[in-house]
Amino acid sequence: MAKRQKVLVLYLKFPSLEAEVISWATFDGTGKKLHMTGDSDTPPYPTGLDALLDGWRLFQASQAIPEQPGEEHRTSYLKHEFFFEKLEEGDF
Amino acid sequence: MPKLLTTEQMAEFASSGCLFFDELIDEQTNKEFLDDIGHTDIDKADSVNDFYKNIKATSSIPRIPAGTPLKEAFPKNSPLDKIFKNEVVEGAITSLVGSNTIVDHQFLHITFPTKYFNQANQRQMSQANHQDSTIDPRSTFDVQLFYFPTEVTKEMGGTRYHPGTHLRIVNEMAIAKYQNILGQKSIVCKPGTIGIFHSGLWHGAGVNFSENIRYMFKVRLQPTEKQELLWDPEKKYQPLPNRALYWTDESKDQTINDILMKPYPWQEADTNRLDKINVVKFWRLLTGHKKMDVDYWLTRIENELY
Ligand SMILES: [Fe+2]
Repeated sequence: MAKRQKVLVLYLKFPSLEAEVISWATFDGTGKKLHMTGDSDTPPYPTGLDALLDGWRLFQASQAIPEQPGEEHRTSYLKHEFFFEKLEEGDF
Repeated sequence: MPKLLTTEQMAEFASSGCLFFDELIDEQTNKEFLDDIGHTDIDKADSVNDFYKNIKATSSIPRIPAGTPLKEAFPKNSPLDKIFKNEVVEGAITSLVGSNTIVDHQFLHITFPTKYFNQANQRQMSQANHQDSTIDPRSTFDVQLFYFPTEVTKEMGGTRYHPGTHLRIVNEMAIAKYQNILGQKSIVCKPGTIGIFHSGLWHGAGVNFSENIRYMFKVRLQPTEKQELLWDPEKKYQPLPNRALYWTDESKDQTINDILMKPYPWQEADTNRLDKINVVKFWRLLTGHKKMDVDYWLTRIENELY
């Protein structure tokens, strides 16, 4: 039996797993489903905590980086990023 | 006479970064454009490369050197000349980038149906989200005008865009990992629809699951003058007085300020306040009222006494 990784990236409304999902991406290493940009309008989970409850393991979260002095109002990337994984066993 | 945008339309553009004009271009001009580019039945177009080559060889779409004035860009009476002389198109362009705007570039985007990818043994994927060009920290902005000569149905995968993202400064494809963003929209429209995007708006092309070729003609335009009250040459716009915050007066009518302060579902709890601040800063530039504010966002933090 081989193992394959599925990755779920959630962007949340504020930096706590209780926060609502505002953006999401899925990459499926099992090859069962090809995900791509714009493929769903509804988040897979309402909050980050709901992903944990469904068995996703958190492996990375964005840090709080203080805004650059003088550039405090500059806006850019989505801030509250959480990477999850699930390992799936099977014959791939 | 160009039909200038209203203050409400300008506020909508400042807030969302886009404006749409449904079925604006008449059927005859759409047909002329499609004839000119050699639009054909799907079965008669073999490969993506040949299709582009044919259009470039035979259509009246000229090669326009970057920086050419829009007024000199298209051959007289060509379909594109007619489109840019439409009073609504000309008015919107004048309102946003002025009457002496210059062409940055143009392109005829063609999204091919599944058949072509199967033939070429390629994976048919949507285009990832991105911001065009490169990191753009200017206060000046460009616009991208989109023209859809045919109907775009949902399954044709019309341009995906994210209203309200235009003032977030990012590095082109560096937003590609955001596969889906709450509140994302895809263009579904009737033939002859025109869309105008702020150059910073996040977007990407969808996948065409239909049987037909999807076309989108795009021109990027740059201003040559300050983009201040271009839609209001008589300078009639006056900022509204402050209103009560939080303990609000619901009996009051919706105003321009409500358009400017519109929230978007993808905005974070903390950063959405900065998004609002940036809309107010943008509106200050557009109106020339350098101290104007909406809902005290800037007045509060500009009250520095030390
Ligand atoms: Fe683009």
